[in-house]
Amino acid sequence: MSKNEKNKYEVEIKGAKDMPSMPASLGSMKYNKTASWRSIKPVIITEKCKNCMICWKFCPEPAILPTTPPTIDYDYCKGCGICVVECPFDAIKTEKEGK
Amino acid sequence: MKKVLTGNFTAAYAATAAKVDVIAAYPITPQTTIVELLSEIVADGKLDADFVKVESEHSALAACIGAQAAGARTFTATSAQGLALMHEMIHWAARGRLPIVLANVNRAMAPGWSIWADATDSVAQRDTGWMQVYCENNQEVFDTILMSYKIGEREDILLPTLVNLDAFFLSHTSQVVDLYDEKTIDSFLPKYNPKIKLDEKSPCSFGALTAPDHYYEFSYKIQKAHESATQVIKEVGKEFGKTFGREYGLVDAYKCDDADYILINYSTIAGTAKDAVDRMRDKGIKVGTLKVRYFRPFPYEEIKSTVSNAKKIGVIDRAVSYGQEGPFFNETKASLYGKTTPMYGFLAGLGGRDVSIKDIESMVDYMKTNDPENKIWIGVKE
Repeated sequence: MSKNEKNKYEVEIKGAKDMPSMPASLGSMKYNKTASWRSIKPVIITEKCKNCMICWKFCPEPAILPTTPPTIDYDYCKGCGICVVECPFDAIKTEKEGK
Repeated sequence: MKKVLTGNFTAAYAATAAKVDVIAAYPITPQTTIVELLSEIVADGKLDADFVKVESEHSALAACIGAQAAGARTFTATSAQGLALMHEMIHWAARGRLPIVLANVNRAMAPGWSIWADATDSVAQRDTGWMQVYCENNQEVFDTILMSYKIGEREDILLPTLVNLDAFFLSHTSQVVDLYDEKTIDSFLPKYNPKIKLDEKSPCSFGALTAPDHYYEFSYKIQKAHESATQVIKEVGKEFGKTFGREYGLVDAYKCDDADYILINYSTIAGTAKDAVDRMRDKGIKVGTLKVRYFRPFPYEEIKSTVSNAKKIGVIDRAVSYGQEGPFFNETKASLYGKTTPMYGFLAGLGGRDVSIKDIESMVDYMKTNDPENKIWIGVKE
């Protein structure tokens, strides 16, 4: 299923009657993007990256995908910068969001 | 089948009869023998359930929450400090709309370190969204646990229930309990099968981020469920009566119809009050007693209609809301808003001190000759 596919479980909520009794997201977090508050954006410098995957290990969200080289999933990355600090090869730089 | 059982063993047999799928618990006096017996029943293969040993009460309820969200019927038990440690998860279970049943053996909060009866522990969980029941005897413990699953699991309710029984007065006191027969219980309480549950084939997440544009409605729905529950509790209580011969409601009135004085109370004090009423009636005093079974949802209408002709009303609390008064007294006054019947708030039996028939007679004597008072400490050594 591609990430941009429309959430087939999405229900239009006008009021309490349309809502389930408990806050349940039908169709998983795939449709619930959580990166909107990111102010600093980590960017991988592919020439410096050795594919050690330390960034993937340390990322507290599943926001670094284990590809070669790793890719950052900006739909979920909140810009905490842990990967930037942990990278032993200085292969992740930061950019200001919105630049 | 009838057995002579302590309140704790009764609770364990009730969970067994309800065929719970998951039990998670941490030992605490005076609750321990509930889950101790359950662990034996599970180990003996008499109940097909997972018994999860955890490192704290917080984890016990968290484990029940996870299992219940996955569609299991769950049970846990605790007391006082244990219930307090669960507090965060108590909110979670209610807001997650998970109909867990928790047997709480009412025990006084420390310090001073106490293992004796006092309802302050459960009353402190008042605003969490759980339904709360207070039991008078062991049979009521058994029946209430079965009914609580049936009521809570209904699609229009989906609320957890705190079933309270007094430390030692019930937990460690043996009484004759009718355990009925398995088939009848199974047809009264079919398998739990929630519409929305955790399922890897149809994934969804529970308790996700909820912004102000929806949170408000979720709270509204919990309140509405409590309001529906006042009706459902009566319906299920009637069905229980038809099936097993014992009918239950939100309250239990005893000789209230023509009573000049009505004493409102809950848990084991209700039993003593009935005996006290009989004695006082023999002396010609028109007294009645009203046992409040449910603290949440609070039976405002039932109290109002039962006491409407009484001349004076007293409420006995084995709990106190410091800086206020007895919590049941407070709620009873609220349910009679606009009425001018004199009301008396009695505080008795805190920390397990015995509340005798004489004490209850002294309350009626007090009401006869004194002006209304919110906090009357029965037997306090000043």
